Amino acid sequence: MRNAFASEVTALAAADKRVVLLSGDIGNRLFDKLKATAPGRFLNCGVAEANMTGVAAGMALCGLRPITYTITPFVTTRCLEQIRVDICYQNVPVIIVGTGSGLSYASLGTTHHSCEDIAFLRVLPNMTVICPGDAVEVRLALRAALQHPGPVYIRLGKKGEPIVHASPPPFEIGKGIVIRPGRDVCLLSAGTILPVVMQAADRFTEKGLSAQVVSLHTVKPLDEALLAEAFRSFRIVVTIEEHSRLGGLGGSVAEWLSDHPVTAGRLCRIGTGDRFLHEAGSQDDARAYFGLTPGGIVAQTLAMMETGEAHVDRR
Amino acid sequence: MRGKDLEGMARRIRGKVIEMSHRAETPHLGSALSCVDILTAAYGSVLRIDPGAPADPGRDRFILSKGHAATALYAALAFHGFFPESLLDTYASHGSRLEEHPTPNCVPGVEAATGSLGHGLPLGLGMALASRIQERPYRVYVTMSDGECNEGSSWEAAMMAPAQGVVNLCAIVDFNRWQATGRSCEVMALCPLREKWQAFGWSATEVDGHDVKALAELMQRVPDGSGKPVAIIANTVKGKGVSFMEDDNNWHYRVPTADELSAARKELGLS
Repeated sequence: MRNAFASEVTALAAADKRVVLLSGDIGNRLFDKLKATAPGRFLNCGVAEANMTGVAAGMALCGLRPITYTITPFVTTRCLEQIRVDICYQNVPVIIVGTGSGLSYASLGTTHHSCEDIAFLRVLPNMTVICPGDAVEVRLALRAALQHPGPVYIRLGKKGEPIVHASPPPFEIGKGIVIRPGRDVCLLSAGTILPVVMQAADRFTEKGLSAQVVSLHTVKPLDEALLAEAFRSFRIVVTIEEHSRLGGLGGSVAEWLSDHPVTAGRLCRIGTGDRFLHEAGSQDDARAYFGLTPGGIVAQTLAMMETGEAHVDRR
Repeated sequence: MRGKDLEGMARRIRGKVIEMSHRAETPHLGSALSCVDILTAAYGSVLRIDPGAPADPGRDRFILSKGHAATALYAALAFHGFFPESLLDTYASHGSRLEEHPTPNCVPGVEAATGSLGHGLPLGLGMALASRIQERPYRVYVTMSDGECNEGSSWEAAMMAPAQGVVNLCAIVDFNRWQATGRSCEVMALCPLREKWQAFGWSATEVDGHDVKALAELMQRVPDGSGKPVAIIANTVKGKGVSFMEDDNNWHYRVPTADELSAARKELGLS
């Protein structure tokens, strides 16, 4: 995802002189090509995210299209008040790009995890929240964000994730992509967890169940038409994200559901628990800890189908 | 504007600011009075902004980072023709565009929404960098409070501006030596303030923050040829212009009575 972002932003900056990339002292060498093709439009803002966010807003007020970029917790949470006041309140078109979202940087520890960022940013008025599911969606999301007149947050993983889309699908902010149609369960995936969700769908097939997979890349605004259809057509609709079950996609859909009570399906929210992770390990280890594996997704879904009870985190 | 006109303008702004605070029963009067002469110098003789074309991309930018002094900014803008003076009478009343802190695009001439401290300098730095990218040689002025120098984001911007070789940015610190509940050099180790800015890589000068002519001269000299951004430490008096408000920090929150309003206007030679 990171490399796709670097390559796409370089192409966009070459085509559009308003594009400026502000980095929080990361991306050594990653943006060498951008620096060469768009001189003066890559700025290393140092380890000072509050200032970087304000600088971006100031640039946007002058007609530029700045992109702020660093590790997710630092570009979203460290500078949340600047995002709220400078970007969202003034409603300026800054694109905030977080890299290493969710548990991507599991081994670095909780300071570098981001399982609350969607919750923080989606409640801000004027903000759009996009969580691409693979590198193909990263490119499409960035292009779409540049056409959008207001603030956008794009939530990236790290690098080397499996590609899900063999060719670029139609992409529109606020419109989910049905990747695989199905009949029995509907899996709504937001962001980096998409390849795992695809594997979970295969597991359902092995169990004789047909799973629909949707990349619901835009958490805000929600694709309400898609949700209405999903809760009409499926007995169980599952949200899956590498983010807390509180306040992310699952939280958003739960809120939506409380406003639209006349539906047939039940909601099952799968995500990280309401706690910090205190043990070393890889991203796969951390995902397994929170049940974010193909087997974990299937087990939690089946449990709810059988008992009607939502997943309860007793750990 | 000439010296005498500038002085008259400063008195008018002060009178209006006190009247607005009295009428709307809003605080921060002392903070507004302390930066009136900075605003007078800026709008009266320094800024290249046409009130008839306030969105011209080539205009100079002025950000009142200490947004709690909004009354002074509103009065200065209205008196310079950015919007009708009658709008000032709606200040802080229900439905008015003029809130106690400036909101985005509330009136022509307001460049940024401020109120939360420590935001103005990063915004101004972004504007100054944009001028370089877009090849538009305007200047950016940011007026900050001394209390605002408590905020880390102010110093983040202070470190980045020289690193980027920005020379068209001017930070003016309204150094009235008070913040909300104490002396600004006691609450935090703010002093020596000019030396701090200098150490951060700025061309830093101290000036009498109530000498409009001296302020205007310094502000006009941006860029100043040093190859650095410019910091003006404006030594001011909180509540300046009204004897019974000067250097009395109660006027950070107090609202003037009708008698106090008329006494203040008399001192300012307005009635």
